[in-house]
Amino acid sequence: MDIIVENLTKIYGTQRAVDNISFKVHTGEVLGFLGPNGAGKTTTMKAITSYLIPNSGDIHVGEFSVMDQPEEVKKRIGYLPENNPLYNDMPVIDYLRFVAQIQGIDKTRITGRLLEMVKLCGLEGEKHKKIGELSKGYRQRVGLAQALIHDPEVLILDEPTAGLDPNQIIEIRDLIKAIGREKTVILSSHILAEVEATCDRILIINKGRIVADGTPENLRKKAQGQEMLKLTIEDASKNEVIKALQKIPGIDWVNPISGTDNRFEVQSRPNVSSRRETFDLCVKNGWVLTEMVVVETKLEDIFHELTMN
Amino acid sequence: MKEIWIIARRELNAFFNSLMAYILLIAFLGFSGFFTWISGADVFMVGQANMQSFFGIAYWSLFFFIPAMTMGLLSEETRSGTIELLLTKPINDWQVIIGKFLSTLVLVCIALAFTLPYYITIATLGPLDHGSVWTGYLGLILMSASYIGIGIFASSLSKNQIVAFLVALLIGIFFHIIFGVLAGNFTGFLGGIFTYLNLNTHFESISRGVIDTKDLIYFFSLIALSLILAEIMLTRRRF
Repeated sequence: MDIIVENLTKIYGTQRAVDNISFKVHTGEVLGFLGPNGAGKTTTMKAITSYLIPNSGDIHVGEFSVMDQPEEVKKRIGYLPENNPLYNDMPVIDYLRFVAQIQGIDKTRITGRLLEMVKLCGLEGEKHKKIGELSKGYRQRVGLAQALIHDPEVLILDEPTAGLDPNQIIEIRDLIKAIGREKTVILSSHILAEVEATCDRILIINKGRIVADGTPENLRKKAQGQEMLKLTIEDASKNEVIKALQKIPGIDWVNPISGTDNRFEVQSRPNVSSRRETFDLCVKNGWVLTEMVVVETKLEDIFHELTMN
Repeated sequence: MKEIWIIARRELNAFFNSLMAYILLIAFLGFSGFFTWISGADVFMVGQANMQSFFGIAYWSLFFFIPAMTMGLLSEETRSGTIELLLTKPINDWQVIIGKFLSTLVLVCIALAFTLPYYITIATLGPLDHGSVWTGYLGLILMSASYIGIGIFASSLSKNQIVAFLVALLIGIFFHIIFGVLAGNFTGFLGGIFTYLNLNTHFESISRGVIDTKDLIYFFSLIALSLILAEIMLTRRRF
């Protein structure tokens, strides 16, 4: 089930929380929302779940519009809100049963579905405990279980791994990936590694606008542009090496790494690789090349660059 | 309709799980029992087989207990954020509000059902006007429903339960006493309006055994108005 967001604008007072955003998410796609705090991630997600009514623009989930048929939209969405609010005084199993009933699951199927969810989210030992007594990780699982219980076609997860330990994070990521094969998933996160690990596509938002959209590889390529090398060359004098390297036509600039005698940073000109030439140079002069690393542009750098201006 | 009942049942369970329901039941029955049978203008003092003394006590104790029951209904959900989870399920604001309204009304009816032994006891003491007893109960239920409506509206105004409780009492006291006092001070058109707004006017006339459509319209419009205002407040958060 596709999600189509068209010219979505949401204004709080005088602040444009979301400013004319448009994008599409296709079935089987896991879309990651990235952005600094207050960028409009949560607002966009709340608008898709039809909890917030946009000032202008429209959102379609499948063939249904959140403006005209919010109930049809809500039936098809599983939603895990930020901070995962739950009824603390309810036992886990009672709460899940309540959600199942409200989602209109057939009476005869409810018990089976409950057991499935408890198993899928690893809540067997906790199912009779009150939600308020659970640790943060287990609360998060209950939040996921209630979002998944009616087998929705669309999943909206606002920071799904917040507060989980590393093992749980891996489990939840795998779960999201598995679910994402057949369903449409939108998740938001601050953690770049997480988005990279789980998402097929990344949308970076800043100040209510989309500043980047693409697969993690594409985004990285775009930002990378020029090749950056780290070299360690032994048995040679520093100045000699710098002079020789600068003569290579493919190299833009050379920079000795401070504090070392034989380590250098080398930036190539756009769309050129200078690794071969550098190697040949060392061989010709009898220098020993002990390290040559291509520095990868990290998603952090892209994120930083796009959201800091 | 099914959704309303699911919400109401969850809310009732929450009342009983949190001991709130038991405390209120015990307090209400203790309070009304004490003043009906033991102290003050009790049944024996009046010397007649009627339930007026009980209705008088219940009229006041429900006025205080109902805001305590309704104060958390919406404010606690907005404070903890669970309202977002609830309203992103395939139900609408009205089903949530009416479900919560019904849950509290059912709890009040349970409390009133426990006072039926009073009725049976008094009926054995002397000739009792059975009709007026039943309309008296009807009056208490209608009055409770009105205060539950007001309480839910108050609960929609604030994230703080105490604020909701006080606002509910504040609005309630106008209908409970102040309009009555004003009605005594004014004559003519204004006096008529205050007499009409005074909840006691309508409660008395029903508990005497007269079910007038005028009184029913009063109660139902009070309930409808407060629930509509609560719905508006709930929807407003989404804009």
